[in-house]
Amino acid sequence: MATRTVSLTVNGKPVSAEVEDRTLLIHFLREHLNITGPHVGCDTSHCGACTVDLDGRSVKSCTLFAVQADGGEVLTIEGMAAPDGTLHALQEGFSAMHGLQCGFCTPGMITRAYRLLKENPNPTDEEIRFGISGNLCRCTGYQNIVKAIRYAADKLNSPTLQEAAE
Amino acid sequence: MIPGSYDYHRPASLAEAVAMLADLGEDARVLAGGHSLIPMMKLRLAQPTALVDVARLPELKGMRVEGGELVIGATTTQQELAASEELAARCPILREAALLIADPQVRSCGTVGGNVANGDPGNDLPALMQCLDAIYVALGPGGERRLKARDFYRGAYVTALEPGEILTQIRIPEPPAGHGWAYEKLKRKVGDYATAAAAVVLTRDGATITAAAVALTNLADTPLFAQAAGDALVGTAGDEAAAARAAEAAKSLMNPAGDGRGPADYRASVGAVMVRRAIARALTRAA
Repeated sequence: MATRTVSLTVNGKPVSAEVEDRTLLIHFLREHLNITGPHVGCDTSHCGACTVDLDGRSVKSCTLFAVQADGGEVLTIEGMAAPDGTLHALQEGFSAMHGLQCGFCTPGMITRAYRLLKENPNPTDEEIRFGISGNLCRCTGYQNIVKAIRYAADKLNSPTLQEAAE
Repeated sequence: MIPGSYDYHRPASLAEAVAMLADLGEDARVLAGGHSLIPMMKLRLAQPTALVDVARLPELKGMRVEGGELVIGATTTQQELAASEELAARCPILREAALLIADPQVRSCGTVGGNVANGDPGNDLPALMQCLDAIYVALGPGGERRLKARDFYRGAYVTALEPGEILTQIRIPEPPAGHGWAYEKLKRKVGDYATAAAAVVLTRDGATITAAAVALTNLADTPLFAQAAGDALVGTAGDEAAAARAAEAAKSLMNPAGDGRGPADYRASVGAVMVRRAIARALTRAA
């Protein structure tokens, strides 16, 4: 059984573990590191529930071996809030705009939206929908997910405006 | 779903990768983005004994323009292809087609080389490369070979690539300035393979089409270069009658499987519609 040591930075913390070559990144995160925010949904690269940020891009961690990510920087939903617990604008947006129903897709939606807003800080609604087209919500709550991402974009672009509106 | 066990290798250079593949034998596979191979391994439809990860090799990265050719390194991701302003300016159908592949996360990992080398008839870039008359550069123990995309595909997952060869580059002759282009893809949903898709690139002089290439995705067990469809457009204005002749010529090559995307005759019918739409849209963009 081929194994090797994989070293990653996950949510700012260096981690290292001996894993089988065939271990998928999602299983490395969930089972070796107990980081269970990224979910196994479809397990076939379609649903996006397993989405994490790896070295500045959104990836489906069910379709990547942990060894492929060796040396990389991973961000999951667990790393989104500030250390003092203040929610990220996206988390706040999903709460304020009712962007989740059952919540299963939410970690993937938020980590994907995080990268989308880095690449395009002021997307149109159409661009948001295209940007999250690799993430499925089986409650079909897309309308409010788009509103939540819009909320976050507006807040990140203009924090003072957001405070004035509250 | 857990893939079978295998030995992971990460060579430091392209030469080392070629040597490794030769040493490891025919049950070793090249791993680039992994977005075709890993799903197959999870289903145990592929059970390689070893993977040679070429994703980090600097020799396979990057895009550049070189003496009238657009040169795309094999591990350029589909996202990087779509994001390239230089390629979009010179050959905009690359961006149009790349953005119709799968979804953002898949495009961030999936590579251009993997998409064309895998030989999956559902992949979008093979027909596009046939339309553009691209050359694939392959490196193996016996040295380098240049293979025309139009001669590369032999059957589903069967290509002209020899065991032990790595596809290193895609070289596209730069289409003339002012050319018209369109990639029309009918799919049931984001992330699905095409029910039918067509690529058209054409140039004209005044109202008369002087050159045209048409290629088809997922309408047979290989991509199809429809020489007769292009020929049917040359010398015409691309009017409805000419476009219908071109679509009919393309349709005569199609041999799609009936599957969840529809029965075979439906898929061929919409394949012809994709050809007509691609011609019409290419004409609106041609100088």
